[in-house]
Amino acid sequence: MSDSSEMIRFDQVVKRFGELVVLDELNFRVGRGEFVSLIGPSGSGKTTILRLLMTLERVDGGTIHVGGECLSHRVKEGRLVPADERHLRSARKRIGMVFQHFNLFPNMNVRQNIVEAPLRVLGLSKEEADARAAQLLQLVGLADKMDAHPARLSGGQQQRVAIARALAMRPQVLLLDEVTSALDPELVAEVLAVLKEIAAGTDITILCVTHEMEFARHVSDRVLMFDHGRILEDAPPDELFTAPTQERTRTFLKAVLERG
Amino acid sequence: MDWDWDSAAASLPLLLEGLLVTVELTLLGSVLAYALGIVFALLRRARIPVLSPVTAGVVEFIRSTPLLIQIFVLYYLIEPAIGLKLSGFVTGVIALGVHYACYTADVYRAGIEAVPAGQWEAAVALNLPRRRVWTGVVLPQAIPRVVPALGNYTISMFKEVPLLLAIGVLDVLNRAKQVGAETFRVIEPYTLAGLLFLVVSLPASILVRKVERRVGQL
Repeated sequence: MSDSSEMIRFDQVVKRFGELVVLDELNFRVGRGEFVSLIGPSGSGKTTILRLLMTLERVDGGTIHVGGECLSHRVKEGRLVPADERHLRSARKRIGMVFQHFNLFPNMNVRQNIVEAPLRVLGLSKEEADARAAQLLQLVGLADKMDAHPARLSGGQQQRVAIARALAMRPQVLLLDEVTSALDPELVAEVLAVLKEIAAGTDITILCVTHEMEFARHVSDRVLMFDHGRILEDAPPDELFTAPTQERTRTFLKAVLERG
Repeated sequence: MDWDWDSAAASLPLLLEGLLVTVELTLLGSVLAYALGIVFALLRRARIPVLSPVTAGVVEFIRSTPLLIQIFVLYYLIEPAIGLKLSGFVTGVIALGVHYACYTADVYRAGIEAVPAGQWEAAVALNLPRRRVWTGVVLPQAIPRVVPALGNYTISMFKEVPLLLAIGVLDVLNRAKQVGAETFRVIEPYTLAGLLFLVVSLPASILVRKVERRVGQL
């Protein structure tokens, strides 16, 4: 079935929104501990892949496996049936996500945002959860913001808190959905620096939808170029950025780099 | 007819007693309306077979019929039918509370819908249990925003308490009527009753508007 070095597997995955086919029988695999960047024009299905993995959307066809376990379906009497809420809750344990617009809980301070799920989901004690929060805030460079309110932080700081919040659940897979797209240009670097550190210092499998090509090139093990719900190109960053095999990749990279 | 200060002064103690009853009814009715409204809003949203459509039907029915008729039906039909002997006061609290719950349910619904989708998604991504998503994330954001709307319904309820005259509750208006029957002077007690309503609802409205401004800054 699957070997232990494989973390994510998409088999013939189809996703439609009404008439629009967003993902068209998509197949791809991500190895344990890999950092894979997803690039491509907007509407090419990159974010949908992350949302399917986070179970924020349901597949219309095919299957998704994470860590050898089927995410989208469960086995019932020898057959695959769509996953129920209980199955989804168990499958989600392995996965964390950071959103474009941070989505911090505005009714909680920074510490509460981070300890909320470890307390309620993992059942950590208050002391354990607080210690974990303190350690993660150190990692993202916000050790002094423990009791700050999200609304008082800059976008870059908020996003770093959101990263700490996702990591507090110790996920095996971390999904980064355009995490710097909503930030002012001068705040992008501080978030990317934190992500670089995490990518280098952990064995988390990371899927990163981004328009930051320099960053993708620097940290990725592999880059997938998407267009119209299909993978046009799948290569190590040095190959894909310097010698793309597809004309579409070339025009896309050119457009993005000229903008930047 | 001329105004008689002496009978006005004489009627005041009874009227104030009535005002106290009116305020009590409003506060207790509001507590019930706030609590029940949230239950109605959640039940309608949960899409539970039978229960959710029935809740929706009851809410629509109550909103589409006059409160006065509901008071009569509750006091003279429902309560005797199920063998309950409740006082006019308790019946009044239930009637006002249930009636206004059908309006506060809509207020809560709007407040819940105003919580951005990203908040739900973050809660799912953190795998928070369903109940905790409501109590820890959604309601703490939805409720502060709807406090002014809830306050307005309380003021509205306050002004509808006199309908309970129909089942003999001794509120301000009923006290005014009583004074009138005893002294044959009606202008003074009724005018004072009206002024007493004003004395309470005017500051209350100003308070709600202040809260509204603060909520606007959230």
